[in-house]
Amino acid sequence: MTTANVFFWFVAGLLPLSAMAFLFASKKAEKLEVQFGRLQSRPGFFGWYAVIKLASPALLVGLVCSILNMIGWIHVPGEMLLATAFALGAGSLWLGLKHVKHDFRARQPVEKTMQMMLFIAAIISVLTTVGIVFSVLFESIRFFNIVPLWDFLTGTTWNPDTAFLIGSGMAEGGAVPEFGSLPIFAGTFMITIIAMMVAVPVGLFAAIYMSEYASDGLRTALKPTLEILAGIPTVVYGFFAAITISPLVVNIAESFGLHADFTNALAPGLIMGIMIIPFISSLSDDVIRAVPQPMRDASLALGMTRSETIRHIVLPAAMPGIVAAFLLAMSRAIGETMIVVMAAGLRPNLTANPLEGVTTVTVKIVEALTGDQEFDSAFTLAAFALGLVLLVITLCLNIASSIVVRKFRQRYE
Amino acid sequence: MNITPRLKRRYRADRRFKFYGMAAIAFALSFLAFFFIDIIGKAMPAFEQAYIEVPVTYSAAIKDNYNKAIPRSYRYLVSKSYLRTLPYELEAHPELLGQTKQRWALASHRVDQYIKGHQGHGLKKKYRGHVTAMYDDGHIEMRFNARFFSHGDSKMAENAGILAAAIGSILVLLITIAVAVPIGVMTAVYLEEFAPDNRFTQAIEVNINNLAAIPSILYGLLGLAIFINVMGVPRSSALAGGLTLALMTLPVIIISTRAALRSVPESIRDAAYGLGASNLQVVMHHVLPLAFPGILTGSIIGLAQAMGETAPLLIVGMMAYIPEAPSSILDATTVLPAQVYTWSSESIRAFEERTAAGILVLLTVLLSLNGFAVWLRSRTQKTW
Repeated sequence: MTTANVFFWFVAGLLPLSAMAFLFASKKAEKLEVQFGRLQSRPGFFGWYAVIKLASPALLVGLVCSILNMIGWIHVPGEMLLATAFALGAGSLWLGLKHVKHDFRARQPVEKTMQMMLFIAAIISVLTTVGIVFSVLFESIRFFNIVPLWDFLTGTTWNPDTAFLIGSGMAEGGAVPEFGSLPIFAGTFMITIIAMMVAVPVGLFAAIYMSEYASDGLRTALKPTLEILAGIPTVVYGFFAAITISPLVVNIAESFGLHADFTNALAPGLIMGIMIIPFISSLSDDVIRAVPQPMRDASLALGMTRSETIRHIVLPAAMPGIVAAFLLAMSRAIGETMIVVMAAGLRPNLTANPLEGVTTVTVKIVEALTGDQEFDSAFTLAAFALGLVLLVITLCLNIASSIVVRKFRQRYE
Repeated sequence: MNITPRLKRRYRADRRFKFYGMAAIAFALSFLAFFFIDIIGKAMPAFEQAYIEVPVTYSAAIKDNYNKAIPRSYRYLVSKSYLRTLPYELEAHPELLGQTKQRWALASHRVDQYIKGHQGHGLKKKYRGHVTAMYDDGHIEMRFNARFFSHGDSKMAENAGILAAAIGSILVLLITIAVAVPIGVMTAVYLEEFAPDNRFTQAIEVNINNLAAIPSILYGLLGLAIFINVMGVPRSSALAGGLTLALMTLPVIIISTRAALRSVPESIRDAAYGLGASNLQVVMHHVLPLAFPGILTGSIIGLAQAMGETAPLLIVGMMAYIPEAPSSILDATTVLPAQVYTWSSESIRAFEERTAAGILVLLTVLLSLNGFAVWLRSRTQKTW
């Protein structure tokens, strides 16, 4: 029996059993209600009580067995697992039905169980974080055992191909793989800066216009329209950047007599900037509107023009929120993958010229993990090390932005 | 002191400032318009496909070599995907043996691109005059490209379609819904209605906000390390992709569900408590039903986002060549965005318009999902 089959029969067996348990117990409780008058718990609670009694031992058995299988200590045959689980379930169902008496308080255990399930659900989000941190951390530690951390962070040559050759025993004499990630980070930051140079002025002025000048009707139409920009899948932007914008950039550069690569940094940067406009405009719009109206009124009453009020009163007051939006947008740009995978280059390049091809952290992660490489080669482990750095950077940006937002809230609420 | 010139300057600055705002909006909107026009313009040709009328000879030899069914001069013009169906047709209709019939066959992508007048069509010079003449005589026809919707991926551009990817997307989305929505709603209910206000609860809240901002590719690393390497879920299966996307969507659903729960007024809870309802009954019977439209809206938006996501799915291996729709959640699967990505890296010209057409389908689905969510929100929004 395959795992999938066992799982299917497990669920297919448990569901009708549970339905039966619910039906029997609640019917029994209804009869008791006729006999003894209104019970402490509604009959439905007796039903759920029986279901919990039935399902929990079976689920426990299933869980323990699957964990054992996963670790690989004992392989429990599927048939045995099913038989044990259902036998236990039937036994405890019988016990649960016996508990259904007129003076039994079924509601308390049911509510306890429900609360526990809710709590477990909440824990899953914590486990996700732990999972992300550990999955990148463990492989990164293995990587840093091969390549020193300092070399990784400060080296200026990224040449891992020889690692692959050594792994397959074909290394030519003297070739040493180099994992200097500086050119990769330089590329990431160049594209991010280009994106921010597009997104910040456009997003900020759009937010100012929407919150200070536009009528309510116009604003409710504009905001969702701008948010379409954030809803377009990044793979679509990537295609657009690679097929439409990159050749455009090359042509324009040539008309100025400049040479541009087809994988230039400008095209993905521009498109990424457009993608994050809504992040900046929506968040900034919210904080600008949160600035108290009396501040504007006071400034206007003193004879300031509208734009002077915005520049000298509203924007400084909203600045923390705008900075938070800026940081969030930046973390989005750094972690963005598909646009750069499709439109930026593969070759790490330490340059300041946006018309040359550069590569980014996310491109290198995708490159390392989508090939047919051995999972333990230094080449694939490097992807996890890059992922770790990416995680640390974005986490710092997020935390910084949430601290700034909290400061802003405290000031006006 | 003369105030007027300075005042004029200030007013000019004022008008300029307003103009910048309008220019920013105009820039974003015109990009949007340019983008859609460009994508639609690139996609439209893909919905037409050239068909070519050829004499097909059903000889016994085609069982071994289907190329022999048509004259040599046509072989380059007809799609192999049509020719390889001929032996099966003969098997099903043995009475055709030895006959020659005029048949409409799928034309090769080179003919198709040449007739559409695209650059890089790749049709050899010696065939061009012949193809033009056939087109003028009506032996080559442009028809609606139904294959694009009824076939999976193919190495032959003229035969490639989105069906397998669309079914894969639906499978992955179903898994994401089954995992992310219950867990997300339960988490939100716990945090909003049950959790004591202590440090642990605050830590969970901070953690969820951080999760929402983690780059999606890191969820791919998580899926690869935990689901595939530790739990043994098959690589590039719908299950691996669906679970990865579920974890990614979870924070979005939690945050929107919490907002929906918070918008249910306290008086409803108080009234229910006053009638003797327990904590759980208040939530299940009163708060959740009232918050349901908000939860639905948030979930749809989160799922639309998951449906357009590519990066984490590439990492869990969902960029394989999948010509057939997957039959189970453990089979190798591809999804619409991943199909778009694979096609976009093909060098054959006919794939470019298919990429754009795939994008158009994807965008239509996503925008209608989002539009539906917005409509739902505006319809069900209650002011208490």
